[in-house]
Amino acid sequence: MTQYLDFEKPLAEIEGKAEELRAMARANEEMDVAEEAAALDAKAASLLEDLYKDLTPWRKCQVARHPERPHCKDYIDALFTDYTPLAGDRNFADDHAVMGGLARFDGQPVVVIGHEKGTDTKSRIERNFGMARPEGYRKAIRLMEMAGRFGLPVITLVDTPGAYPGKGAEERGQSEAIARSTEMCLKIGVPLVSVIIGEGGSGGAVAFATANRVAMLEHSVYSVISPEGCASILWKDAEKMREAAEALRLTAQDLHKLGVADRVIVEPKGGAHRDRVAAVTSVGHMIEAMLGELKDMDGDALVADRRKKFLDMGSKGLAA
Amino acid sequence: MNWITNYVRPRINSIFSRREVPENLWHKCDECGSMLFHRELADNLNVCTECDHHMAITPRARFKGLFDGGIFAEIDVPEPTADPLHFRDQKKYPDRMRSAQKSTGEKEAMLVATGEIGRTPIVAAAQDFSFMGGSMGMYVGNAIIAAAEKAVELKRPLVLFSAAGGARMQEGILSLMQMPRTTVAVQMLKEAGLPYIVVLTHPTTGGVTASYAMLGDVHISEPNALICFAGPRVIEQTIREKLPEGFQRAEYLLDHGMLDRVTKRTEMREELITITRMLMNQPPAVKGDLPAPEPEVEEETTAKTTVDEAAKE
Ligand SMILES: [Zn+2]
Repeated sequence: MTQYLDFEKPLAEIEGKAEELRAMARANEEMDVAEEAAALDAKAASLLEDLYKDLTPWRKCQVARHPERPHCKDYIDALFTDYTPLAGDRNFADDHAVMGGLARFDGQPVVVIGHEKGTDTKSRIERNFGMARPEGYRKAIRLMEMAGRFGLPVITLVDTPGAYPGKGAEERGQSEAIARSTEMCLKIGVPLVSVIIGEGGSGGAVAFATANRVAMLEHSVYSVISPEGCASILWKDAEKMREAAEALRLTAQDLHKLGVADRVIVEPKGGAHRDRVAAVTSVGHMIEAMLGELKDMDGDALVADRRKKFLDMGSKGLAA
Repeated sequence: MNWITNYVRPRINSIFSRREVPENLWHKCDECGSMLFHRELADNLNVCTECDHHMAITPRARFKGLFDGGIFAEIDVPEPTADPLHFRDQKKYPDRMRSAQKSTGEKEAMLVATGEIGRTPIVAAAQDFSFMGGSMGMYVGNAIIAAAEKAVELKRPLVLFSAAGGARMQEGILSLMQMPRTTVAVQMLKEAGLPYIVVLTHPTTGGVTASYAMLGDVHISEPNALICFAGPRVIEQTIREKLPEGFQRAEYLLDHGMLDRVTKRTEMREELITITRMLMNQPPAVKGDLPAPEPEVEEETTAKTTVDEAAKE
């Protein structure tokens, strides 16, 4: 049973009606509802297409945060083999908001790292809703450094509302951990590719997404601040998140124009959560393609490529 | 080297850019409430002479107190595309820029300069909190990259004074991209074997702290500066409890291992001289206020004449 977003209400009504009809038909064999139900299905399908054809930036944020959207764990389970999670920052703790370890991608040994938000109340709490603490970044730093030494490509999957704003996180150097993680991304002499699969929240996202290639799912977002946060600062009203989302240019399409996202991955009709298998498969193909583009570059060339990419970034604004 | 650009112009600038401040102006310390004589406060680098409270100081005033003889040469920063996102909240971004430029008399939120401190040649960059909260956008990123490139070119240490509320929201994702961009700048310094000293001043928060401000060889802060990633208000709202006294202040960070030192602004110059000279393997400096460095010999006569003439006008 799909969880509908607020703007999908008309769709929920039609799909609800079709479902009701079919339930009635199951209870009463003499009723023939096939035609009527099929008409409703067609109406729903065309409405779904309309709704998702031109999502506003705020609606994209809602889709990017959809609880049924495939998460990091889904991608790792489906696209990688021999996944062997490696835990801990060797300093303080293991951060469950960050998954990471050794794995094989198409047989090739790699390091995969990503934010995991969790899927139910229990796992969401355990994963801290995908908000990493310093230990998460330090685990990532450790894994990236190791990948660099063993010549393993690194794949990062970004899906976080942002770094965790907590007391302990600050005391243990949230800022420093993020800065060092970004620094490590820039330093390693192996291919580093990143996919924004849901929310790319501020510094917590940059710390993993400073990559040779960055792809974004069609309805994912990537921003310096959440629309709600931006609205409460610049509009002095958190309810102005629609305006803020618009102004921030946080959609995959705008980020592609700005040169921040190298690729946009098309999502199944109605968003990744409506066809998880198709979404995960598309991401797999994109990772394969991006790694392919980098496979002939040596370590120095990969580092130089990353540096140049970020130094040149933004020089043309939206005209890029 | 063009002596007019490198020596005479900054000197003339420093002669003419002084803002006229009436001699009898008083300033009230927001910490202890003392009424302070404006000139005395300026001479003490905006540190309250009664309670040691460190008030904001502009990059220009800071550089004047930092460099020998108050002389420095500004480095040109490549101009980024203005208003890259065509951003508008309740105001248009270009309007916000114009009013910040008008109220500060500066072009943007960071000043980069070369000069000498205790006869030690350095490159310095300072962020201007009075300019849109010192926020980090494309210009600040370009300034830090220009500072690092200049330091590498001249083989000098880079001393960076940070002060910012964070990234500049009006530049959206491009402000966030200054985190990796400035990190590349820091890497250039490290690869060239040059010291990178960060002086964190009040306040240094958000994406600025989570990039170039936390990647120094040495981290020094001014007393009581707020230094954090997430601000105290956001944290209190998240964890729903009151934060301890002094949380995220310089002394607290020193205790938690994030800083090397907390140093008063009035002692900062001497400390920076001592540290940079040791890291650059130079003999100890001659202490005290030093006059401006002499221009290169063959240009001496002309340069002096020009400066004298400029001073007369
Ligand atoms: Zn005072």
